[in-house]
Amino acid sequence: MAWRNIGRAALYLGPSLVIFTLFVFYPLVKSVRLSLHETNIVGVEKFYVGFQQYVEIFTTGNFGHNLWLTFLFTLYTVVPGIVIGMGLAYIANWRLKGIGIFRTVFASPLVIAVASASMIWMLLFNPSAGVLTFFLSKLGLSQVNWLSDPKWALFSVCVVSVWRSLGFNTIVLLSGLQAIPEQLYESARIDGAGSFRQFKDITLPMMSPTLFFVFIVSVINALQTFGEINILTQGGPAGATNVIVYSIYREAFFNFHFSFASAQAIVLFLIILVLTVLEFVILEKKVFYR
Amino acid sequence: MKKLITAGQYLILALASLILLFPVLYALLVSLQNASESVAYPPVFIPDKLHWQSYVKAMETAPVFRFIFNSFVVSAIVTVGQLITASLAAYAFSFLTFPGRNAIFYVFLSTMMIPWEVTIIPNYFTIRELNWLDTYQGLAVPFLASAFGTFLLRQAFMTLPRELYDAARIDGCGHFRFFLTMVLPLSRPALGTLAVYSFLMTYNQYLWPLLVTNKDTMRTVQIGLAMLQWDQAAAWNSIMAGVILVSLPAALLLIAGQKQLVRGLTAGALKG
Repeated sequence: MAWRNIGRAALYLGPSLVIFTLFVFYPLVKSVRLSLHETNIVGVEKFYVGFQQYVEIFTTGNFGHNLWLTFLFTLYTVVPGIVIGMGLAYIANWRLKGIGIFRTVFASPLVIAVASASMIWMLLFNPSAGVLTFFLSKLGLSQVNWLSDPKWALFSVCVVSVWRSLGFNTIVLLSGLQAIPEQLYESARIDGAGSFRQFKDITLPMMSPTLFFVFIVSVINALQTFGEINILTQGGPAGATNVIVYSIYREAFFNFHFSFASAQAIVLFLIILVLTVLEFVILEKKVFYR
Repeated sequence: MKKLITAGQYLILALASLILLFPVLYALLVSLQNASESVAYPPVFIPDKLHWQSYVKAMETAPVFRFIFNSFVVSAIVTVGQLITASLAAYAFSFLTFPGRNAIFYVFLSTMMIPWEVTIIPNYFTIRELNWLDTYQGLAVPFLASAFGTFLLRQAFMTLPRELYDAARIDGCGHFRFFLTMVLPLSRPALGTLAVYSFLMTYNQYLWPLLVTNKDTMRTVQIGLAMLQWDQAAAWNSIMAGVILVSLPAALLLIAGQKQLVRGLTAGALKG
């Protein structure tokens, strides 16, 4: 009986499997191959070089520095994104008339695409006439060259990324808050627990699977941020925002050094893979405990 | 006292909304200014009157409606494609028993762990070899299957009562008819979620269209926007007009399909 279904299953699964094979699995294998070869400028493999590209990544060039920038970028976007998102989710969970409107507003950064968002922030960051310069001067602070000062560029791109992440973070964290049974709070209040105690002893523990999910998704997104950087800084000034994915893009599509780019991509892939596996292992555990 | 707290809560919500939306509101205001207002310092917030010319200027500088049309075509192809491939696959995972089902399920799962940076270079080569650069199929075909969509629909299909399936089988209803006439209509909410989600994701794509399109007539909205920025003659007001124009469809989609979208985004967080 089960064997008879194989042909039928193939028909139902076929379309997806064809696409995945052509555009996910084959490219993965091909990237590994590319990284073990030297390629010409159109990407044709010339000769096998073994792990030489990988050795080069870690011994020459800026890979280490770029990895550090990527780490900083991740830190500066994930932590504020979750903290602010949690705050927004908390107030969006208040039971008030018309709260739905505020929830839509809080979700709205989600629909502003990366290019649009970057364009808007470029206007805000404009050092000579921008709004941020204006606000700083009102506070008596001096002008900052947000995007052209190497000390500020990474921070500025992070601001855009955090803003963009708030829609997703707020929606998901809000859904986590809504899933906490109200009785828990009621019994805590009867026991005389204040709102801080309730937050610490009920909200945070009950939210931990959701927070963890948002954390992992945020880290993976941050490790792969490309649009903001390509539009706002092109990796500059002086390489100050040259995170790994951006350097992969430059290496491949500007320097046509496809094999070197592929080796960097594989290294980043392995980092992300470890994080994803970690997510599954820990999430499974959490679900098990419930 | 209770009233005071409620008023305070509304005040906090309003302030948070204002800060969060400030970039978008400011972009909207600038798009309605004239060119000199948009570069003035100190910055002008409220335009002296509504200057719609910036929208005309944006459309003259770049074929904005062509970009929106292109993005709609690609998003529609991807959305319909994903609905078909994902619902078929989800049916196999929830209603067919066959050897290797779990193994293939893990194969689907694994595609979610492979990030774009390891696939993008070979995919670019593939599209180039197929002569699909600057075509709709080049923009859409790599995204016609979705593991996320398959899981979402599988989850929905598995909530359908088993008796439904048995009854249909007794009536001599074949698998494909059962799929078309029972499973799909009963799973409309989940299909809606996937549709809204994949349309929005495709509409807002940036890197892939950047790589596989060169001709202005094939640019999608997010890439086309950059054209306004490169044009020296374009002032901030017309750039912002372009931003507002291309963001409108996505904003309308959020308002119309918020429930579906929220369900899609939280699908990963709340395992069930």
